[in-house]
Amino acid sequence: MKFVAVTSCPTGIAHTYMAAEALEQAGRAAGHEVTVETQGSAGADTIDPQAIADADGVIFAADLEVKDKSRFSGKPTVDVGVKKAVHDAPGVIAQAVAAVEAGVPAGAAATAAATASQAPAGPATKVDANASVGNRVRQWLMTGISYMIPFVAAGGILIALSFMLAQVAWDEEGAVEVTKVPVETIIEGFDLTSLQHWSVLLLAIGGVAFGFLVAVLAGFIAYAIADRPGLVPGFVGGAIAVTVGAGFLGGLVAGFIGGLLALWISRWKVPRGVRGIMPVVVIPLLSTFVTGLLMFVVLGRPLAALMDGLTDWLSSLSGSNLVLLGALLGLMMGFDLGGPVNKVAYTFAVTGLATEGLASDATQYRIMAAVMAAGMVAPLAMALATVVRSKLFTRAERENGKAAWLLGASFISEGAIPFAAVDPLRVLPASMVGSAVTGGLVMAFDSTLRAPHGGIWVAPLIGNPVLFVLAVIIGTVVTAAVVIGLKSIGSNSAVDAERAADAAAADQTPTTTTTAVAG
Amino acid sequence: MSNPAPSAPLITPGLVALDLAGGDRDAVTRSLIDLLLAEGRITDADGFHADVRAREAQMATGMPGGVGLPHARSAHVTVPSLAVGRVPAGVDFGAPDGDATLVFLIAAPTEGDSDHLKILASLARRLVHESFRDSLRTAPDATTVAEIVTREVAPR
Repeated sequence: MKFVAVTSCPTGIAHTYMAAEALEQAGRAAGHEVTVETQGSAGADTIDPQAIADADGVIFAADLEVKDKSRFSGKPTVDVGVKKAVHDAPGVIAQAVAAVEAGVPAGAAATAAATASQAPAGPATKVDANASVGNRVRQWLMTGISYMIPFVAAGGILIALSFMLAQVAWDEEGAVEVTKVPVETIIEGFDLTSLQHWSVLLLAIGGVAFGFLVAVLAGFIAYAIADRPGLVPGFVGGAIAVTVGAGFLGGLVAGFIGGLLALWISRWKVPRGVRGIMPVVVIPLLSTFVTGLLMFVVLGRPLAALMDGLTDWLSSLSGSNLVLLGALLGLMMGFDLGGPVNKVAYTFAVTGLATEGLASDATQYRIMAAVMAAGMVAPLAMALATVVRSKLFTRAERENGKAAWLLGASFISEGAIPFAAVDPLRVLPASMVGSAVTGGLVMAFDSTLRAPHGGIWVAPLIGNPVLFVLAVIIGTVVTAAVVIGLKSIGSNSAVDAERAADAAAADQTPTTTTTAVAG
Repeated sequence: MSNPAPSAPLITPGLVALDLAGGDRDAVTRSLIDLLLAEGRITDADGFHADVRAREAQMATGMPGGVGLPHARSAHVTVPSLAVGRVPAGVDFGAPDGDATLVFLIAAPTEGDSDHLKILASLARRLVHESFRDSLRTAPDATTVAEIVTREVAPR
């Protein structure tokens, strides 16, 4: 790590310099770079602002007030007396390392500046340490989402491309056929001239990218909370959320549990001998174990019970009003976008397809149509909303909105997760309302579907395709309208924060470049 | 080496006491102050001693490794100086790990030029190094002690 330090003492001839030398020596011995500014009688040799910008942490070993203290604001800081640095410099260095790992900054810094200054040390976060608790929670969340979005876009578009290509490579059932080809086929003998192989390849890569989605979300939420020690519990907890079928909501939980655990453990007072292995061994080990335990044991079983209960309940409803059933399934599809409730509805529909000897207008086909149509609504509606009312969305959301068109059209509900994770209380109700409308309408329109997925690319397998599309459009408009309405009420913290940061950055740009951190 | 060497060296053999009797830190400090006075480095032994005591009262100057470091910036100092005393019996300078057997008395004028102050800063930095302290503990005579210090604190 890189540290900057300030030393000073009452007389300014002895301890100031002894502390400086001791810190430099101890830093070197521990493999860190320490740049010291001695504010003593021989004049202060001012630290280069770039060195401050590059530093991971700040050490004040000063018995006098540090001159121009604001230069160091926003960095993790330890403040010890000069004597402590002379007597136990290695201890002070260890304390500073722990502070950096715990991410405990002091003083104020603009978000933009903090992000810029942290960039050399590791992946940037959107965390401003001085924000209120509510804002910090939002910043942790935004950090996770910003790292997840590329996975959604890349994975989703690859899958959509695979479906499109499959329509050409096979016949009209290509989007179904492509999923039946085992990936071993392309591993053992990839045929460059086979469009079928290309579409299988695209699907396989996209699927792997999608597999990271929840883990990256959870991992970088935890990273934002606890810095590097948070990565392991976050990623592992997120992957377990996928394993137990908890979806992105489970991932959010895993990210916060993992990050907060790692942060808490990193603040334990431990003997100096253990301190060195805390960030690499102890913190990840303990926090990952506890996160995994909670995700598997505490969350896993109730979740499985919930899914079983919902499935039984759906089966018992099969004979009742189909429009209501469609609306209910739509509601479930829109609820958690690939999470457990969504999965129950989807599995319910797909299981029905397997029934032998179905008539072409069988209820099972109508249920499948309702479920797929409803699953297309959320991403399409988010895409629409970002176009209609771009001011209500952050830059990242607007970019993501462009990809969401294709993802929605391809029945990849996950395209809406970045929106839902930022603002679940507004986006999820909107998604549920619009998806329910679409699900009910598809039933009312007698539309059917013989494929388990594929979105618009399996149009030839849709009965009453025009009305199917109409139902999707109506639901999309409803969801977009509701989300716009809800986002217009009350404060929109993510967007407001971005606007404030932009304004701050705009103020700084003309005068400062690399020295922005000094502000 | 661009800085010109200061006119008077920081230390001379006359400022080294190889075998000071123990006692309290006030008495040991006074012995070293007397050396400074004898060498013409200070104008008023009592006045300088009061300044050192005032500094010592703020925060004890004992360091780990058996070192005492009384010092002061004082109007009674004419030339920045270092007096070194070895105290085989040990003397308490308030260090957490026991008595000091090596005592450095630093005398700095209130208005020194920056070259002098840089030499003092350089001395303070050397003091942190155990090898430097050991070489002073094992030096055979006062001349060697003075030579080591002068060599180590030379502008580099």
